[in-house]
Amino acid sequence: MAESLIDLSRVGMTYQAVSGPVEALAGISLSVGAGEFVSLVGPSGCGKSTLLRIVAGLRPATEGTVTVEGRQVTRPIADIGMVFQAPVLLKWRTILDNILLPAELAGKEKRAYWARAQELLEMAGLHGFADKLPRELSGGMQQRASLCRALLLDPPLLLMDEPFGALDAMTRDDMALELLRIWGERDLAREQRKTVLFVTHSIGEAVFLSDRVVVMSPRPGRIAADLKIDLPRPRTVELRASEAFGQLNLEIFRTLTRRSSAGAVS
Amino acid sequence: MKIPALIRQYWPTVALFVALVVVWQLAVTTGIREYLLPAPLSVWHAMWDGEISWGQHLWATTWEIIGAFFMAAIVGVALGVAIAWSPLLANALVPFLVFVNTLPKVAIAPLFLIWMGYGIFPNMLMGALIGFFPVVINTAVGLSQVEDDMLDLGRVFNAPKWKIFAKIRIPNALPYILSALKITATAAVVGAIVGEFVASQKGLGYVIVTTQSSMNTSVAFAALVWISTVGLLLYGIVVLLAHLWAPWAEGID
Repeated sequence: MAESLIDLSRVGMTYQAVSGPVEALAGISLSVGAGEFVSLVGPSGCGKSTLLRIVAGLRPATEGTVTVEGRQVTRPIADIGMVFQAPVLLKWRTILDNILLPAELAGKEKRAYWARAQELLEMAGLHGFADKLPRELSGGMQQRASLCRALLLDPPLLLMDEPFGALDAMTRDDMALELLRIWGERDLAREQRKTVLFVTHSIGEAVFLSDRVVVMSPRPGRIAADLKIDLPRPRTVELRASEAFGQLNLEIFRTLTRRSSAGAVS
Repeated sequence: MKIPALIRQYWPTVALFVALVVVWQLAVTTGIREYLLPAPLSVWHAMWDGEISWGQHLWATTWEIIGAFFMAAIVGVALGVAIAWSPLLANALVPFLVFVNTLPKVAIAPLFLIWMGYGIFPNMLMGALIGFFPVVINTAVGLSQVEDDMLDLGRVFNAPKWKIFAKIRIPNALPYILSALKITATAAVVGAIVGEFVASQKGLGYVIVTTQSSMNTSVAFAALVWISTVGLLLYGIVVLLAHLWAPWAEGID
């Protein structure tokens, strides 16, 4: 495997609640290789979204160290694309202007990214929607626009926080395929692909998309299992019906339901 | 909107209005005394009566209302931005503003007379004082009602605070501000008239005060119609601006 892009070493996170300190994450050590697609699954409140924000430098870890591309993360790192559960588009901006927002926020010349934005719209099947307002698009299309926005500055790292969680089941499966296509599963070599850290509730989604699935235990979130998904790429719809796919789903499901006895994995 | 759609939407309004005027005219012709309730027609005549210099009065009151509106809008937005910008300023300003807002403004009007004498300015100030508070609150709320994820997006790119304000918070607050300005438009009218009641030598409120002694109710009614015309016009302009500037927020209020 290529050298790692993200390195977490014994990361812990304790925050102060009204009732006292709450330990959200404990002893998380994890390496993600460049170009790797890694999913984090776990029960609600296990801190997987928090972990994503720690990697982004948006929240400080209270213990351990986080490095991205060899640099220790102490403040927000600009070299990432973020996609959230909601599309979080600016209601008053057209789709094109929403996609160009990162360039403006990062203080770059907006016009230099115009062609790139058009290219992304094309790739996401949103051509013809550039001048529409977000409310004129369906939820799935808004989420595609949000993915385009995350890709605008061509970041090496993509952090996705339950990006398809608010979509209906059919749109969700479509989006998974779409994401793999945009990720370059078919036409890019591994080193050219973006590194993706993908948080989800859905075991099936995690297995379908990922090279590795990291299963987390309930609060305080720890790594309960780290499974390599050795399914052939490009992934296809038929794969969902295969025995290997079913086996992996079952294994992760068992790890999740055995969680109380799983204990600490260090 | 197409003409048939316009008719479909507004015919009940027009019908009710016409019916009320007809009932009013009938009521007056069947016995209510003219000095208690003047007939719509006499009000109409009074509105165009050359003996009352309506132009001068309308001019004075309109200026007061416009001045009050802009003062309230500018000061209100500035205070709202200050509150949303800095917690320190918020802690300093909010209790003070709440205190000012709880004062019955009418009770301050006589003091304005002592401090500033007769004139258009104190009446403007009265209107501004009544109308600025909703603008402050809505501006501050609109500036802070931004999704956390959107703010995280700003932080990821290390965007400076002013940029987050300019590109995200202020456009987000715009519909809230415009919504408050509709209230301010009405409040500016109230303030101007209250000011004129207490101290004035011209203006539509002044006209109403002078009709009290002469029991000339048709002139009082005429002044009322002129006041509401100015008020409606201002309100209409704000609604139109909201439609033009924040079309994405249609249906928020």
